[in-house]
Amino acid sequence: MSEGRNLLSVRGLNAWYGGGHALHGVDLDVHKGETVTLIGRNGVGKTTTLRAIMGIIAKRTGEVRFDGQDLMTVPLHRIAHRGIGFVPEERGIFATLTVEENLFLPPLIAKGGISIDEIYELFPNLKERRASAGIQLSGGEQQMLAIARILRSGVKLLLLDEPTEGLAPVIVQRIGEILRTVKARGMTVLLVEQNFQFAAKVADRFYLMDQGLVVESFPTSELLARQAKLNEFLGV
Amino acid sequence: MVLIFGIPLQALLGQLLVGLINGSFYAMLSLGLAVIFGLLRIINFAHGALYMLGAFVGYLLLVYFSIGFWPSLILAPLAVGLFGIIIERVALSRLYDLDHLYGLLFTFGLALVIEGTFRYYFGASGQPYAMPALLSSGTNLGFMFLPNYRVFIVVASLVVCIATWFLIEKTRLGAYLRAATENPTLVRVFGINVPLLLTVTYGLGAALAGLAGILAAPIYQVSPLMGTNIVIVVFAVVVVGGMGSIGGAIIMGYMLGIFEGLTKVFYPEASNIVIFVIMAIVLLIRPAGLFGKIT
Ligand SMILES: Nc1ncnc2c1ncn2[C@@H]1O[C@H](COP(=O)(O)OP(=O)(O)O)[C@@H](O)[C@H]1O
Ligand SMILES: [Mg+2]
Repeated sequence: MSEGRNLLSVRGLNAWYGGGHALHGVDLDVHKGETVTLIGRNGVGKTTTLRAIMGIIAKRTGEVRFDGQDLMTVPLHRIAHRGIGFVPEERGIFATLTVEENLFLPPLIAKGGISIDEIYELFPNLKERRASAGIQLSGGEQQMLAIARILRSGVKLLLLDEPTEGLAPVIVQRIGEILRTVKARGMTVLLVEQNFQFAAKVADRFYLMDQGLVVESFPTSELLARQAKLNEFLGV
Repeated sequence: MVLIFGIPLQALLGQLLVGLINGSFYAMLSLGLAVIFGLLRIINFAHGALYMLGAFVGYLLLVYFSIGFWPSLILAPLAVGLFGIIIERVALSRLYDLDHLYGLLFTFGLALVIEGTFRYYFGASGQPYAMPALLSSGTNLGFMFLPNYRVFIVVASLVVCIATWFLIEKTRLGAYLRAATENPTLVRVFGINVPLLLTVTYGLGAALAGLAGILAAPIYQVSPLMGTNIVIVVFAVVVVGGMGSIGGAIIMGYMLGIFEGLTKVFYPEASNIVIFVIMAIVLLIRPAGLFGKIT
């Protein structure tokens, strides 16, 4: 695994909530252009891993490198400017802002983001509803908006936390198409997902997490062979 | 003589104008308070002191540097805004992670220090500040005399309030401010410097208070206690409008000013307390204020 291909590299990442030790030394790598999926039971620390990478959790130790550069000492509001976008599990749509204001909220941080015209082509619903308040959107529309506003900003790496959670099959399918489009444009994605079928269609590799640690890593081609064991492990 | 409900029309219109003038100051001051509260979650007890500072900057510029009203109209808000920025950087920014009570206590103490200092040097009595020559005359409307400066205050206050409302509700910077009010962490995650936004917001709120202060100088006296007198009313206005509601602060500022003026005509004994009575009633019926959202 050559360093040059590595966009994100995480070593020995620990994180705490108050006194609770949530991550116990997470190691993972995401290469340029890859889509990597983090799976694991509820509460094992998938969301915490993304939050610790972004620096949202202040109490953390270990090493996080992006494009070879240390991120641990970068202030929270400078992280995005290095080229990382975050779509939180709760989506984080601003209720008092319109759809359009939500879309334009993340500043443009690099050229090569998806233009607003393309965004509206990819997400026709958002165009229709661009003057509506964020609070009026359905769950599916909120997820689309949460993804769209990050794509517009031109980040190189997208951290995406359970984008399909609680959404109807047609919308899940639509999100899958969008992720494939994004990938075709060379964007790198670290995805947290419980829905295997969905993840299998977009991911190159998987990391399995348990109790605050990454315990296994395998390519998507091995998913089928491991399915039975994984199902047992994940209790699904 | 024309009578309305047994009151001479002239007296009625006169008090309406007084109410509108007071309302103009209430609106500008409660607007600043609402903006600060909305984003910083700090109840800025120093707001009255900042208003007083604005008036004193104008007074001191005139006395020591012969700088008149018009330059002061720019310089006083700038100076008070800058003072606010320093206060936010040096002190308030260290209190955000603590209980909101600390912010309130700090600004309360700050107000006492500022007002005490000015009382020490200038005494409690007011200093006169001359009306700008350009606006010192008035217009005779036939049924009443309309001083130009008072018209100017109403217009200036409206312009300032509408401009601030526009800035917050319709611009990109305003969207950042509103988003940071909802979820400051996520706004930072998106790459926006929220600590800087907080500093700018407090500076802006302070500048609004300073502007109100210099506008007030020619009609009220410039006195160390002028802020103490008005800030309590302004807090009531903010509570009635709804804590943090920009539109609520502006509308209720004018409305309560006018209401107070009308009370002076119809039942003068109650004019000093009418706003607080309204506040009590609103708190009982709609605790979040008339324009506030219950969260
Ligand atoms: N805000 C929080 N405060 C305290 N503990 C938390 C918080 N968020 C998550 N945790 C705890 O951290 C652990 C990991 O949670 P999380 O990363 O959300 O898991 P996952 O995303 O894999 O479901 C869990 O034990 C959870 O209870
Ligand atoms: Mg989670």
